[in-house]
Amino acid sequence: MTHPRRRLAVAGALAVATALAVTACGSDDDGGTTAAGEGDSVAVTLITKDSINPFFVAMQDGAKEVAETENVDLTIAAGAEDGDEEGQIQAIENAIAAGEQGILIVPNGPGVNPAIERARDAGLFVIALDTPPDPADIVDITFATDNFEAGELIGQWAAAQLGGEPATIALLDLFNDKIVSVDYNRDQGFLSGMGIELGDDKRNGDEPATGNYSGGTYEIVCNEPTGGAEDGGRTAMENCLTRNPDVNVVYTINEPSAAGAYAALEAAGVAEDVLIVSVDGGCDGVQAVKDGRIGATSQQYPLLMASEGVKAIADIARGGEAPQPSDGLDFFNTGVALVTDTPADGVESIDTTEGADKCWG
Amino acid sequence: MGLTTEPGGQGGAAAELERRRRAPAQRVQHVLHTHPALSPAIILLLTCIAFTLLNDRFAAPAALSLLIQQTAVVAALAIGQTLIILTAGIDLSVGAIAVLSSMLAALLAAEQGVPAPIALVIGVAAGLAAGSLNGLLVTRVGLPPFIVTLGTLSVFTAVVLIYTGGQSVPGADLPDLLSWTGTTFPIGDFRLTYGVVIVALMYVVVGWALSQTAWGRHVYAVGDDSDAARLAGIRVSRVLFSVYAVAGLIYGLAAWVLIGRAGAASPNAIADANLESITAVVIGGTSLFGGRGGIVGTLLGALIVQSFAIGLSLAGVDDQYRLLAVGILVIAAVSVDQWIRRVRA
Repeated sequence: MTHPRRRLAVAGALAVATALAVTACGSDDDGGTTAAGEGDSVAVTLITKDSINPFFVAMQDGAKEVAETENVDLTIAAGAEDGDEEGQIQAIENAIAAGEQGILIVPNGPGVNPAIERARDAGLFVIALDTPPDPADIVDITFATDNFEAGELIGQWAAAQLGGEPATIALLDLFNDKIVSVDYNRDQGFLSGMGIELGDDKRNGDEPATGNYSGGTYEIVCNEPTGGAEDGGRTAMENCLTRNPDVNVVYTINEPSAAGAYAALEAAGVAEDVLIVSVDGGCDGVQAVKDGRIGATSQQYPLLMASEGVKAIADIARGGEAPQPSDGLDFFNTGVALVTDTPADGVESIDTTEGADKCWG
Repeated sequence: MGLTTEPGGQGGAAAELERRRRAPAQRVQHVLHTHPALSPAIILLLTCIAFTLLNDRFAAPAALSLLIQQTAVVAALAIGQTLIILTAGIDLSVGAIAVLSSMLAALLAAEQGVPAPIALVIGVAAGLAAGSLNGLLVTRVGLPPFIVTLGTLSVFTAVVLIYTGGQSVPGADLPDLLSWTGTTFPIGDFRLTYGVVIVALMYVVVGWALSQTAWGRHVYAVGDDSDAARLAGIRVSRVLFSVYAVAGLIYGLAAWVLIGRAGAASPNAIADANLESITAVVIGGTSLFGGRGGIVGTLLGALIVQSFAIGLSLAGVDDQYRLLAVGILVIAAVSVDQWIRRVRA
């Protein structure tokens, strides 16, 4: 039991504190952005999907490095988890209120679009990283990996390695309960690289189960979801092997799911006879290529996305030119490289030593 | 719980008449009441028959081996969840504790150079410590289990992410002891992992403790009616604390099985473990109101859920239908539980 008089005192103190806090916040500037001069510092917020995924941690590192050299006052923010739109909206609103010059964001979904529009109306330059928003013109420009190209490279490599043998393919995707661009772009890119005719290129799993690829005949055994993690990759691979134990090509959405797939193949005693291809180019993934667990992986450059993004905003704020999309794409392509120690004719690649130099995570 | 004797067992003619007048439904009710694992056993049998008819590969040793391997981790976590639900509590921090244990053991062994057996013991002990913290908050601070574990779910998850920076430990860096649970061995045409053996042993030990020891009877008594248990001289808070601590220990052991299964230690593993373990317990016939059920049902429940995953995958049916089926099963299982509770004494 608290004493009634003491309770009153506490309530009074709280009220005073609240009033103080409100006036303190209110006495900030009115939230318009100001152009920066040559020597002034530029304020930028980087908002990733979460702060857990090493991919986003690499982005944060890239942004921090450049922020120091470019005299940028960098704020790091993130959603609480992948898909958390509300947390990202708050971070955008904070950047507007603080009168910053620009925002770099890996959008968690279409729910952040209105907040991005408000930021641009307030004069902030907004760059999306890694994931083009839908619609793409919500932001000023996107800096991203061409995920379709990333898929195509490993598809071409796999087709060349098979040398005309029949391909029995397992596709280990990210989800099967929601449609995400990174998921269908990599999967469909891989199939297109194999020379397989696509159905709808924004949908996984609608290709004919059998037909011809560039080197001969193919059979698609499964499209299984992995959630992008090791345990999901293992379960998915096991289910595919149950359907058809003769799988000889495994496409995986990312390297953790590839590690799980390898564990399942190893347990089934067939790891030697199967080509695993993947996308990401994280340091663990490059190591897996070096050790022969993964045949080839398409490396992407998250550090570069963030560092180039910070540079671009600093340039614009100091009166420079806005960046332009790459030729034939609606985004600025930060590049992708095939990492493998068994190069294939006609498919450009780098070896694992070079891949390890450039890897993230 | 134990065997309940027929009411009116004095054997008079009136009682005999009364017994004949009983509707068959009541008799079913009674049988289910005394054998809570019966309904999940029937469901599992029907499920297996149906999927075998859809695709005869389902009943092949290869697919059944996978069913057992894939169920192992959730089945292990669900033992701890069963203990807690038997005391009318709930644990939302299951997955977080398992991930905490697995990442701690893996990082100590792979990056700090701690000998594998010691790293493993520390990892399992971290599970015990985390479970004990839940137990302390429930018994000493007197918070509802739902709130406690909702809070510790966030706390443990955050600790893991702060500690790991989101990085997973690849299989190549893991000592053999940690990934040993994923090693397969043949039994006839079946292939099982050592992890499966560990989980089976956990079921035997906890099953024995629940049915044969005073502690087991106290767990049921506390879940059934904690006030009555207190009046009967049971130290309720001590029993509750022990249940949360033992559950944490079980999660720690499950973490070892998880590392072997995934072939790596990842902070993003078993994202759905909380709901999956609760689902297994509920479908297994353990009552969320406490005091009724057991781990045999839980094992069957976990197998039912996973058999839907494999069976529908083999039949080439979309995964969404698995979710639909599991959702319907949960509702049905709780309805049956409520119906049995109305059994006439």
